Amino acid sequence: MLSEFIQWLTDLGGRFHTAFIEGDRWKLYLEGLGVTVGMTVVALIFGVILGVVVAVIRTAHDQQRLGQRNFLLGILNILCKIYTTVIRGTPMMVQILIWGFVIFASSRNKFMVGIVGLGINSGAYVAEIVRGGLMSVDVGQSEAGRSLGLGYLDTMRFIVIPQAFKNILPSLGNEFITLFKDTSLVNAIGAAELTYEAMRIGGRTYDYMPPLIGSALMYLVIVIIFTGLQGILERRLRQSDRR
Amino acid sequence: MKNFKKLALMGLTAVMSLSLLAACGGGTQGSANTPADNTETTPVESTTPAGNSETPAAGEFTTVEAGKLHMSTNAAFPPYEMTTDDGGFEGIDVEVAQAIADKLGLELVVDDMAFNAALTAVQTGQSDIAMAGITVTDDRLEVMDFSDSYATGVQVVIVKEDSPIQTIDDLANADMIGCQADTTGYIYCSDTPENGGYGADHVTAYDNGALAVMALVNGQVDAVVIDNAPAQEFVAANPGLKILDTEFAVEDYAIGFAKGNTALKDAVNTALGELIADGTVQSIVDKYITAE
Repeated sequence: MLSEFIQWLTDLGGRFHTAFIEGDRWKLYLEGLGVTVGMTVVALIFGVILGVVVAVIRTAHDQQRLGQRNFLLGILNILCKIYTTVIRGTPMMVQILIWGFVIFASSRNKFMVGIVGLGINSGAYVAEIVRGGLMSVDVGQSEAGRSLGLGYLDTMRFIVIPQAFKNILPSLGNEFITLFKDTSLVNAIGAAELTYEAMRIGGRTYDYMPPLIGSALMYLVIVIIFTGLQGILERRLRQSDRR
Repeated sequence: MKNFKKLALMGLTAVMSLSLLAACGGGTQGSANTPADNTETTPVESTTPAGNSETPAAGEFTTVEAGKLHMSTNAAFPPYEMTTDDGGFEGIDVEVAQAIADKLGLELVVDDMAFNAALTAVQTGQSDIAMAGITVTDDRLEVMDFSDSYATGVQVVIVKEDSPIQTIDDLANADMIGCQADTTGYIYCSDTPENGGYGADHVTAYDNGALAVMALVNGQVDAVVIDNAPAQEFVAANPGLKILDTEFAVEDYAIGFAKGNTALKDAVNTALGELIADGTVQSIVDKYITAE
């Protein structure tokens, strides 16, 4: 048993060598990682813009005074509600397959399809995160802003959003991490991201363990770095807090 | 600084726990069981002749589960293996495996999974045999053993009827070629041009052949390289597609075993030899592949 284990350990070096060094395969992992990170960043920007728009519409609608309902806002609110319900109510994998094989059935740009799928998915979650943040700021704050003569947008920009931002940052970071890992699902439609490259190298070498463990470590390292950066940002934002 | 140390510690712990996990994965060879929900006994009628007494007296072999022969496959590869509407499996590989199991006095259990998973399942001892139209290659022989060949596989190219690609040589001009992930077709095509491939940038791997063909119909790829038998079915099912006249590659299909599982390999080879000799294998092939 022990000798078997030692033999297994000695073979390990060769297996990892085959999976990473031979034929400059590490370049493929880096390319895949580049696609993964690029896809995440663009999809997150897309998702945040979409999410903020949806969240502002939803909060603006919900915080109207009774008896002064705006009809147009009502319609937009219903559309936003349908969007978040559909996206949050269906599995990510199924959504990606639908984007890849049904909606963009003739597109060869898998990177673009991935971004659209991930971004629209992320938008629904970001919308709920941002909405929670905006709702968490006391109505008295915006009332005070308005009574000091600021317009709706200025009140949002200078009073509500800065306070809300601090509240939503942890959940937003969480959403980034989820999105980053969910990019691996895009490999189902053949986009050449990290998981796809790792699986193909496993297929070529008939040994899936080293590429899978290796790619898992790459995901992990990126997430740890990002978590660290997020911690620094949160501490910097807390400096102005009165304690 | 303190935080930095904490991070480093976290990373280290993660690495260690991962390698521990991996060690467990490697150590449990031969004892792992396939998940139950993937397992399905086949409703295939036996095609073996009644006189079943000549069970080979080859060395004692053991199977993953006593009395059962687990076959890992990818049942999206007609006519070699496909699912039936009632949840069972059928196809050339399934019936040949059934005939072999009958000879060995075992009950056949089909485990359906992705093609690459079917190959690894047999290597790690989750199944006894792998039959999924598997081609014998030198690389695969390094990590697993193979039986004698029971069928010849031909890799062909499917294109749209009006495609500019009309010969195998034209494939070099294809912007994108679709293949089934990790099949020999994918491995040949994605190799570098110096090695006779077209470069990984020009090849997309799909989870199964049907998806690759759908991508071709939708215009996401210019050509699909796949085995001839399923190609015939796909072309018959999708109007506007055709198969190029020249073959892409000719290969031998065989049954895969875990490396070193010689006892089972010899027993299966003996049974297979008898089935080929008495024409059973040919009649199964003829049943599924009608003359072109």
